[in-house]
Amino acid sequence: MSDAARHEALIDALGAELTPVRRLLPPWRRALGWLAVVAVIAVALFVRYGAGTMLHRWSAAPDLGLAACGAVITAITAALASFVLAVPGRSIRWAWLPVPSALVWIGASGLGCLRAHIPGMPVLNLHAANDCLIFIVSFSIPLSGLMIWLLRRACPLRPVLTAVLVGLASAAASASLLEICHNFDAAASDLLMHAVAITLVVGLNALMGGRLLLKG
Amino acid sequence: MAAAQAGDQRAYTRVLNDSVALIRAVARRQGVAVDALDDVVQETLLTVHRVRHTFDPSRSYDAWLSAIAARRAIDLLRSHGRREHREVHDEFAMDTHADREDASTGTLRQQEAERLRKAIETLPPGQREAVEQLGLKERSLAEAAERTGRNTGALKVNLHRALKTLRDRLHGES
Repeated sequence: MSDAARHEALIDALGAELTPVRRLLPPWRRALGWLAVVAVIAVALFVRYGAGTMLHRWSAAPDLGLAACGAVITAITAALASFVLAVPGRSIRWAWLPVPSALVWIGASGLGCLRAHIPGMPVLNLHAANDCLIFIVSFSIPLSGLMIWLLRRACPLRPVLTAVLVGLASAAASASLLEICHNFDAAASDLLMHAVAITLVVGLNALMGGRLLLKG
Repeated sequence: MAAAQAGDQRAYTRVLNDSVALIRAVARRQGVAVDALDDVVQETLLTVHRVRHTFDPSRSYDAWLSAIAARRAIDLLRSHGRREHREVHDEFAMDTHADREDASTGTLRQQEAERLRKAIETLPPGQREAVEQLGLKERSLAEAAERTGRNTGALKVNLHRALKTLRDRLHGES
């Protein structure tokens, strides 16, 4: 069979089994869906813990507030970028979208180590810092899983890059959620644990998510 | 494509037929060899079919298709790269592991087997049975005796006679 005839045969076969499809929603609408789930968890945490501690920390140390804002914006922009990149033909430049806010988040968190401690707030020891690690990782896993499941309905042509963004979005979302119930001043050990947790989440996503996003 | 998403088969086959040239051009640009271009076309068409719901009619169809074609082209180049890495280059293989037999050997062997099969068919029933059971199916004397209902002595004699007949016949022919 010649190549042209092969293509024609395939096209006829594909045409014969054509069924109407429901078009994918625009990336921003899909990102909004995922963020809504995060928002529901946030509301639940606010109901449980209240906003008092968080606001007290922020007023005593504005850099923590800045870091938290960075994390929230990173979660939003990374989620949007990964949903956009999962659609064929969209520019790879979208991957840069969460970078500025991620820099603010990481930079402001790092600066927290340099300033004086908030009076009256306990400084985290290494054992308690472990809880942060567990919190971030255990929230990131279902959030990443949900996003990968949503992304699989699209067509991520760059699975590893998309998976890195998924990891970044879920780690940032988890860190933002942690902020609500984080009753400690930032300390080097704590920040280290945050960094370990985020690297773990992003790394695991890059390693596994790439494969999970690939559909034959 | 927007019509195809709604289930219009004619629009779909038309847009796919029109897509072949662009897919080939994209694959060529990615560095795919001319003889492998059509494999990229096939893979891309299959992917397009699977992910046709991701096309947004408010955006460019060509950009959407090109991205998929470029991906499939890269996949093909990678899989070829892996295969070449794993497989020994032909010339090298010829030098070190050249075939011991030429191409006609297989045919000759087949012809011989055919002659033997015909010769076996012309044997008297008792002898043929012995050859089939003991020689071809490699059964033991006891098993063959059980299946044929003959005693082992008779089977041995029949096999012996059969082999003699076959030897005479085949040698006589060649």
